[in-house]
Amino acid sequence: MVRNDWICGEYVQTRSGEIVDALQQHVMITVTAVAVGFVLSFALALVARHWTRLAVVVLSSSTVLYTVPSLAMFALLFPITGLSSTTVIVGLVLYSLVILVRGMLTGLNGIPADVREAAVGMGYGPFRLLTKVEIPLAMPTIIAALRVATVSTVAMTTLGIIVGHGGLGSLIKRGLDTDFKPEVLTASVLVVVLALVADLLLVGVQRLATPWRQAVS
Amino acid sequence: MDEFVDAIRWLGDPAHWSGAAGVPARFAEHMWLTGVSLLIVCGVAVPVGLWLGHIGRGGTVAINVSNIGRAVPTFAALALLFMTPLRLSDWTVIIALVVFGLPPVLTNTYVGMREVDRDAVDAARGMGMGARQVVWKVELPLAMPLIMNGVRLAAVQIVATATVAALVAGGGLGRIITAGFGRGDRPQMIAGAILVAVLALLVEAVMEFAQRRTDPMRRVQRRPLTERAAAI
Repeated sequence: MVRNDWICGEYVQTRSGEIVDALQQHVMITVTAVAVGFVLSFALALVARHWTRLAVVVLSSSTVLYTVPSLAMFALLFPITGLSSTTVIVGLVLYSLVILVRGMLTGLNGIPADVREAAVGMGYGPFRLLTKVEIPLAMPTIIAALRVATVSTVAMTTLGIIVGHGGLGSLIKRGLDTDFKPEVLTASVLVVVLALVADLLLVGVQRLATPWRQAVS
Repeated sequence: MDEFVDAIRWLGDPAHWSGAAGVPARFAEHMWLTGVSLLIVCGVAVPVGLWLGHIGRGGTVAINVSNIGRAVPTFAALALLFMTPLRLSDWTVIIALVVFGLPPVLTNTYVGMREVDRDAVDAARGMGMGARQVVWKVELPLAMPLIMNGVRLAAVQIVATATVAALVAGGGLGRIITAGFGRGDRPQMIAGAILVAVLALLVEAVMEFAQRRTDPMRRVQRRPLTERAAAI
């Protein structure tokens, strides 16, 4: 190939297989990391709500983890989990915990005591209180945190290239090494588009999960 | 676990502590890139944030800027910059670091200025202070904890982004990780990661200390942070 333009239809056509593979890997890593992070955070938030001391420990240790740059985090994890996508996923889960646990605790602690008392007065047990009252009311804050975590996870997945599993990051790295502009630009644009699509999907989820908010406004 | 022991051994080898690719040289590069970028970020974002916060306009812009910044991967931004005719010099890296450092400082400065107690501002005006005095003597000192919070977030972000620059051929401690990865030298890769992590935690600790020192209310008993957040 002689030309090295930023935009190259031929590249996209001839290498569509590779691009789709990288995109799939990227989506798989991101979705797994966010899903695992979400479940773990939820469990941690529920436990931390009852043990305030544990909450302090969880929040401060996860903040320390968050300070470690992701490239260093993947490099530190790989002796344990090897050159696999697991290394990337574990690193991303650790980062998402900071954002998600904090968001969930803020959401759950922000519920007015009156509402909780009213529900208890109506005979709600702890489980029904949580699922029917607290989670729905905390939903906007939880989803806001989930959006932040998802968008930054999509972006950070590219750095998984340091252990050989970076999804679209692999294409960026190879384009960089071979000085091939369309590969770098195509992959970069796809990462941003992926982040925006994920964000929009979560906005949609929030609308479906909190129908009463539309009814009021 | 053996690999961590090897990494510690790598760090103990004096051969890795001299020359252009040695730890001190890479550390100096990292600090130079981070320091210059952080200075530029503060020089630009603090005045703009103070001004926007003082007149109380442009809030959505100040906040949306930081949301967009999160969606752009630092690696992609650095790679694209590298492929422009600028190539990757120290200054192109610094441009990227500044771009990623601006949002937290801008947002926090703006929010800090907006959250200054209006009564305090009214009292200052009532005492005959002009706009300049209100900004310098009342609003700025009271907004200081949040401004410094923004600077701290920016510093951590810049240290991390400077590490990523090594993946694109920039300097800094990240280079030790990528060089180790490139030639399959796992102890070196882990040693580099340890150095980067230690640097990031040190920067965080220093900035947190600075944040405490610049808080004008530090000697006053404060309500716990969560309570304050709820009050806002």
